[in-house]
This record gives sequence, C-alpha cells and structure tokens, in this order.
Amino acid sequence: MLQRSCAVILLVGLTGSLQAAPLGLPPVPIPADNPQTPEKIELGDRLFHDARFSADGKVSCATCHDAEKGFTDNLPVSKGFNDLTGTRNAPTVWNSAYMTSMFWDGREPDLEGQSMQPPINPVEGGLENHDLILEVIKSDAQYTGAFNTVFNIAADKISMDHVAKAIASFERTQVSGDSPFDHYLYGQDAAAMTESQIRGHVVFVGQGRCVSCHTIEQTQAIFTDNRFHNIGVGFKRIQGKESETAAEFLVSKRAGADVDITVLTQANMSELGRFAVTENPTEVGAFKTPSLRNIDLTAPYMHDGSLETLADVVDFYNNGGRVKETDPFSGFISGGIRKLNLDDQQKADLVEFLKALTSPVAVVKNKQAALTTGTKEIK
Amino acid sequence: MSEINRRNFLKKGGALFAAGALPVSMIDVAMGGTGEDDFTFAYISDSHITHIKGNKFVNNWDHGLKRAVAETNLMDPKPDFVFYGGDIAQLGKPEEIDHGLEILSGLHGKTHYVMGEHDYYVDLGDYWKKQLGPDYYSFDHKGVHFVVLNSILTHEAWMHKKWDSGMDRMLQMARLDNPEGSPFMVGDAQREWLSKDLEKISKETPVIVFSHSPLQKIYKGWNFWTDDAEEVQALLKPFNKVTVLYGHVHQIQYNQIGNISFHAVMATAWPWPYPSSYSQVESHMPKLTIPMNRADPFFERDATGWQFMNVHTGNVDIEYLLPNNQNRKVSFDEKSGHPIDETFQAVANQITPQKHY
Repeated sequence: MLQRSCAVILLVGLTGSLQAAPLGLPPVPIPADNPQTPEKIELGDRLFHDARFSADGKVSCATCHDAEKGFTDNLPVSKGFNDLTGTRNAPTVWNSAYMTSMFWDGREPDLEGQSMQPPINPVEGGLENHDLILEVIKSDAQYTGAFNTVFNIAADKISMDHVAKAIASFERTQVSGDSPFDHYLYGQDAAAMTESQIRGHVVFVGQGRCVSCHTIEQTQAIFTDNRFHNIGVGFKRIQGKESETAAEFLVSKRAGADVDITVLTQANMSELGRFAVTENPTEVGAFKTPSLRNIDLTAPYMHDGSLETLADVVDFYNNGGRVKETDPFSGFISGGIRKLNLDDQQKADLVEFLKALTSPVAVVKNKQAALTTGTKEIK
Repeated sequence: MSEINRRNFLKKGGALFAAGALPVSMIDVAMGGTGEDDFTFAYISDSHITHIKGNKFVNNWDHGLKRAVAETNLMDPKPDFVFYGGDIAQLGKPEEIDHGLEILSGLHGKTHYVMGEHDYYVDLGDYWKKQLGPDYYSFDHKGVHFVVLNSILTHEAWMHKKWDSGMDRMLQMARLDNPEGSPFMVGDAQREWLSKDLEKISKETPVIVFSHSPLQKIYKGWNFWTDDAEEVQALLKPFNKVTVLYGHVHQIQYNQIGNISFHAVMATAWPWPYPSSYSQVESHMPKLTIPMNRADPFFERDATGWQFMNVHTGNVDIEYLLPNNQNRKVSFDEKSGHPIDETFQAVANQITPQKHY
C-alpha cells in the first residue's frame, strides 16, 4: 500500500499525450503535490542529463543511470567524479516510479528525495552542497524560463525542491512493461515466451520461491514486494563482526555522520543495509527487493554488483544465499532464503525466463542490448 | 529509574540500541537510582526445534532461534545473561534438545533455562535435566532476586498413567483442547521450596519470577493456565515489586494481580491467537488483542516477535518488536497501578480483527 497520499493518473508521456500504463503494470502513482505536466517532464529530462551539477562537471544523473545501459552503468559499483567509486550498484530508473522507498536501503521515501543526495555525496557528484546547482540553473536563461513555465516562479525563487520535483516527474515517465512475459501472462499469448521461458516461469513461482519477494499479481507484476531482506549478498564481509560494525556505525551516526555518505564510503558499514536507516536489528544486512523488469540489461547484479551474470544469481539463490556451497550461513539471513535444490535444466530455464522480462521500449533505448540480446552466453 | 538516571545509564553503559529495536526480550533492570547496579538481560523463548529425521530439522523454527541468537549478540551493552523461556524442543527428543542447545551455544555469556512442557513429557524432563541441571532454583543478581520455577508439572496420577510410551504422553500433553489432557501446576514440593527460599529475602527486594506457563489463569483448554497459580501468587504477595515473565502463549499478554505484574514474551517459532479468556480477577489485557493467527506464509517471521524490557525501580516496560506488524509498547502505569498498552489500550484504538484466514 502506498504510504503517501497520491493520485493515480494515466501516464503522461514525453509528448504530453496521455498513455495508459503498459501491459503488466499498474497506473503510475503520482504524488498529489507533484502533478505531471509535459513541460515539467521535459525540464526534468534536461536536469537529469546535466553534467554541470558535479565537482568535475562530468557527472550527471545519467552517468550512472544511462538509458542506453538499462538506466544503469553496467558497473559493479558506480563511478562518481574523478572516477571515485562507492559501495553500491546503480539501480535502474526503469519502473522506479513504483518503488515505495528509494536507494538500496530505502533511506529516502520518494524520487523527489532521492535525486538530492548523489550530487553532494563525496564519491558521486562530489559537491559540498547544492549551491552550485542552483547557481548554474539561475544563470541559464533556458532553465529560468522553463522553471517559470513549470512552477510559475521567478529565478531567485528556484530551490532544490523544484529541481527534485522536475527530475522525479521525468523519472515517473520511465516505465516499461509490455514484455514477452506480460504478453504471455496478461495478454493470453501462449507463444510470447519460449518453451524454456514457460518452464522457467513455473520454477519462478514454484520451487525457486522467487515470487515470494519478486511479486507477480493477477493483473500486474512490479516484481518487488518493496521490502527489505538479508539474502546473504556481501554479508560475509562483516560476518562475525556484526556487533562491532553496528556499534561503530551507530557511534559515528550519533556523532553526526551522514548516512548517505557513510554507507557509500565505508564498505563494512554499507553491509549493514536497512539497519543503517532504521537501527532495527531485524534489518541488519537487509536490502530492498529490486524489480526484475529489464534485468537482462542491468548486469552486474545485487546491491554490491558482486554477481556477474543471471546464471550466477540463480546459483547464489540455489545455494541458499551463498556464492559457494561451502560458504557459511549467517544467523541474520532472511528465513525465506534456503537451498532450492534446482537441477541444471531448471536453473537454465529460470535464466531464460528472466530474459522474458525485458521490455521493447528498454531494448530500443539500450543500443548495446539491441546488438547483443539473445546472443549472450549463459554460463 | 528517573529520566536523568536513565540518561546516565545510557551514557555510562554506552547503550547504542534504542528501546523497541531489540531482537529478544531485553530486560533492563535499574537499581537504586545510583546507576551503579544497572544491568540488562535478554530473553528468548519457545523455539520448538522439530526433528524430521536423520540430520533434518524444520528450517523455520531453526531459523527463528538462530536469528534471535545473532541479534542477542548484537546487543550493546552486552546483557549480563540470557534467559531461555522453555520449549526448546517440539517433542522433547534428545535430538531436538541437543540441536537447540547447539544453536544457543552461539550466545555469548551465561544462559538460564526454564522447563517447557515440550521439553518434559517424553521422559519427565530427564534428558533436559541431564543437559541443563535443576529445573527450579533461585539466584541473586545486583540486588534483584530471581526465581525459576517448573510450572508445567501436572498430577502424578496423570504423569504415571499406563502410557503406551513416553511419546504418547508427550503427544497428549501437546494437544490443544484435549479432553484427555491435564492442567499444569507448580506443585507442593516447589511451593514449599519457594516459601522457604523467599523467607530470607527482604520485602523491598524486587523479585522476578520465570515460569513457562502463565502463573495466572487465562484459558484452561490450551493450558494458558497454572492450576495452583493462586497459591504461588500468595507466596509472592508480601513483596513490594514482583514481576512474572512467562513463555508458552506465543503472544503479547500483560496483566496485574495485586502487587504482581505479568508479562508474556513472544515465541521465535510461530504465533498463537488469543483464546477466549477466563479470568477470576480483573484483567488488564485488552478485551481484544490483535489476533496473530493471520500469519503470512510468505513472510516467515510474521506474527512472531521479541521485546525489550525496562525494569524501572521494579516495574517493567516492554517494547514489542513485531516484524511485518505494528510495534507495540506496554508500560507500567503508575497512576492506575498496572501495565497498559500505550497505543491500543483504549477500546476505540484497538485494531479490528481479521475475519478471513
């Protein structure tokens, strides 16, 4: 259920024409205080791609959320200004409109809050504060004109709230359903998926237990429960020293350290996951369930980008949340994670099924994928 | 504990975890206001480790306990000791007790154990006692007198009936609403012992009693019941501050009978619903608690939980942490002299129960 009051309206496309939500997706939730307009979406698009909003003038939102790379950067962890790296894999913007919290640990409630942080993170945009962004905007006549049209405000009244609202409006248009899976399940087109993908779907909702968190419903599928789970990824890093790591984190948080900066710059503390936000011990090492739509385009995988291929991911789950069968289990791991006993055929089918979640609109944008989809080797 | 002492304690003890964010029953006992003797202990209960065969055990129950152990070890400040509230095993099998103890061996520090009926009725507690020692005893810790009772005994005649096997007796006792069952009791021997044990304790000393079944009468059909509860309560009556903590019921319950506050702790295994209740005295349990028989099968810890307890000059405040549910806080209310649920006590604030299962 949506926490915030919001109006659900038909999707307003870039051209301003009304579009229904694509096959397999619900209507996009739009916050009551940030209605969609074509002009706002266009402004958000421009802001999203403006690299001047960073310390070296080279990093925009699109640097790590590149539409041609499934709205990710296809790197294990993202590169910020001066090629500095953080601790986490860039989540895709596709269908982020359906997320009820942002970032892997949900530390921001909405898209408006999310876009404010990266420009001022020391390993992302690298700015000290938001001042430079507002200076650039206020000195750019095209921007001041657009902000005036969209928000009916004079240049000196432009704030980061306006910037964030415009970017969020743009992001809410980046929805993609209409995949072979959607045609198979919701379009009653039995031929939309291959035999292997159809078998993989059975594994997905059955023995693979994937659907427990990556939800599929009667009329729609956003492939996420919008919750947080410790599935074992990266947790080995702090295994046996959870207490010390948690204590170290809390001491530094109490002393005023910024959570956004801490979790992206401190590899150990990053693995505390949702705990860093809620301080709730039941959420140590828990990260948000990502959607699986367009997953074939967004390698590498998991919050730390530690798994290279979808086959690696399937193996990881099949081993009960472990890369190797000989790795230890953690007491903090979500109880839903357990050995699956899938055979090689089931694993291969599951990987094929995941490829059926790619939307045509994402493929078109994804030039690289357009060249390689269907020819990728499966490990 | 006054607010100032509480702050001192947090500062001095370096307590990092906010109340309400703790995985197990975390009991914070504040003594005398000087802060010198303040201490905490943790409480885990009702894991019901279930042996399938060979080296196979029910994963969910294993995991609930593993998780409680992991999170107890996360606590800062470290608890002085841990209490385990009974029902390590589902059917009292040595395999189950050993497997449970193996998981509990991950705990740092001393652990105290309470006997549950699921640990007891297959061999009348022999294996449990062999591994863990006596099933009733007392000790003093930093000014508090702790008493452990085995409250799940029953009539000798029932225990020593001509059973086909110990397991037959175990299964009969495990059945709910069993007309062939028998009520729990502490029994004459332990009550005599308790009477003597308490003789040497000053009436000003806070007393905390641990039992597996409630030392009050709630619902006989499920043995949410101790037959000689009133006699035990009478022995505790002369003391100024008494708290009884029990497992067995797998849900939030609280009550006040005279000087005695009662609190149940959550199970790590599964939730029980609130039974239709029978009580001989005024009950401070909300007439309708949130029924917890709506457990979501896709969310393995739904309707299980754990809690944090602050004992302020002898009275207990509990913050219940309920995964996938709304957290709750039950505090001792000085004005009315009994515990209240801070959010849900007023009838108007209670949550309408789920009618579909």
